[in-house]
Amino acid sequence: MDKKGKSIAIDAVDHVAKGGLLNRRLFLNSAIATTAALATVRAAYGQEAVGEGQDDWTLIPGSSAELYGSRSRFEEELVKRRLTPMTDEFYNLRLTKYTARTPLDHMLGTITPNGLHFERTHQGIPDIDPDQHFLVIHGMVKNPLKFDINALENYPTVARQFFLECSGNSGTLWSETPTTESLQAIHGLLSGAEWTGVLLSTLLDECGVSKDAKWIIAEGADNGMMTRSIPIDKALDDTMIAIRQNGERIRPSQGYPMRLFNPGFEGNTSVKWLRSIYVTDRPVMSIQETVKYTDMMPDNMSLQFTLEQDVKSIITRPSNAMSLKQKGIYEVSGLAWSGKGRISRVEVSADGGKTWGDAMLQDPILPKMLTRFRIPWQWDGGPAILQSRAYDEFGRIQPTRNQLITARGRKPTYHFHAIQSWGIASNGEIKNVYA
Amino acid sequence: MSMPKTLPKSLLFTALLMTMQPAMAQQPHFGVPASQADIDKSFWSIFPDGEFLPDGEGTADKGKELFEVNCNMCHNLPGEDDPTKNQIGKLFGIKDKSGKTNLQQTIGSYWPYPTTVFDYIRRAMPLVAPMSLSNSEYYSLTAYLLYENGVIDENQVINKDTLPKVKMPNRDGFINAYPDIPEKYKTRFK
Repeated sequence: MDKKGKSIAIDAVDHVAKGGLLNRRLFLNSAIATTAALATVRAAYGQEAVGEGQDDWTLIPGSSAELYGSRSRFEEELVKRRLTPMTDEFYNLRLTKYTARTPLDHMLGTITPNGLHFERTHQGIPDIDPDQHFLVIHGMVKNPLKFDINALENYPTVARQFFLECSGNSGTLWSETPTTESLQAIHGLLSGAEWTGVLLSTLLDECGVSKDAKWIIAEGADNGMMTRSIPIDKALDDTMIAIRQNGERIRPSQGYPMRLFNPGFEGNTSVKWLRSIYVTDRPVMSIQETVKYTDMMPDNMSLQFTLEQDVKSIITRPSNAMSLKQKGIYEVSGLAWSGKGRISRVEVSADGGKTWGDAMLQDPILPKMLTRFRIPWQWDGGPAILQSRAYDEFGRIQPTRNQLITARGRKPTYHFHAIQSWGIASNGEIKNVYA
Repeated sequence: MSMPKTLPKSLLFTALLMTMQPAMAQQPHFGVPASQADIDKSFWSIFPDGEFLPDGEGTADKGKELFEVNCNMCHNLPGEDDPTKNQIGKLFGIKDKSGKTNLQQTIGSYWPYPTTVFDYIRRAMPLVAPMSLSNSEYYSLTAYLLYENGVIDENQVINKDTLPKVKMPNRDGFINAYPDIPEKYKTRFK
């Protein structure tokens, strides 16, 4: 046997090419087969092989380049969660589970991978054939026009990073007692991505939109045909028809083949599976902008069209997804965002808001996008309360929970954007607390 | 190219730019005319003033029969109290909107426009088969829901003329927060 292994013959394994290339599936079939094959390989190398002590993945040729990348088999447990308070019996009636939340405790940057972007549907994810789908723009326009995905791909596009947040996100923090739900359950209706598309203003211009137009009504092609009214000033500003998310075509759960995207607005307005834009002078008052996504104030009047997401931040590390094992230095890290523009400052408190220190903001700080903040923190092993407070470039400051409730009462279920607190106990356990 | 060779290069470049500029300034146009059939397939909105309400009509008694067959599998009838169905949201029997949670937000206590009832149930209900009923059947279901919520009389015929005129109890219960939240509901800082 050649010491360097050049002329090894291994009967037990399947050669796929000369030079000792073996069928990769051999090692994937089962742990037993893998172990047996490795023993054969090792035996073939002989006692003096220099690779002795190396790990299997170093000694064995890896698998072929992938046509569509997949993550490590060790990472498959990292998934979204369909966390709702509803019972199984409810879903037997409701048919589809319509919410899946992003595992923010594992998101250390600002971009959410497409497979982990949060989802909220109202009557399920439709399976749309892009060749059968078109967007029609009509109403107060000179020329009603339709556009399919191939037409949209021909326009000059913009690629911009934006957060998307359901306005029901963090809604359990309106409740009287602090929820014991996980970070993912409380705040996971929040994600960040690069969205590529055609500015709606480009298409409205082509249609010849009337000067008297004040609203557009967007409708989806999904079961239930999601419908929202969007003010025309937004539609002519930065609203886009998004066709790509983080570089690839947007996924069925995000509106394939095309969705409206209203940067900074509550997520529900960015109508997925978009197929009609009706240009008009008044809102349609759909169920989603009257009965839902409205908030009752202390005087029993309800705020409607609370479209722009307010300035907000959350600490994602540490959080109640983990516990502290020992005292020492930790990085406190989180996300801040504003539906109006850029984050200008984030402060962090470790004593429940008595004193604050400026966190470092990670570049780039983009308007209407998640900004990552970080600050080192030395835990002395005693009780502590971690909070973050965001400011935006327009001077808006994230309120405390008490300030928010004083102004708007406790009846709302949407648009919670106040400071949230992680209480650290001496044993290192972390809980959502009101402070 | 048939340009005289004596033309200075810079002039040639300028001439080229001048011919290109109008084309560059022009946005490309790839939209194609939408037919009425394209619009009809894609557009289902009903406005509060009744615009786009279809022909047809219905009454609460017919609506009750339709409700029992198409809706009662998920929604309680008046007087029923199945807790699973209550998770979906009560449709009847609540006059006071002021309690927290959307269980208080029935058609009678919360919905500001009657047209939204027709618009929503036609596009989205019954859950297992949206748009499977006729316009008159959706008018009947709308009449039944409005009647059981105490908004209209039992014999009121609901159609494109009568529906927009129905006054909802919470019609004036909403305040526009766009582009800015009214001062009194703003949070105070520090």
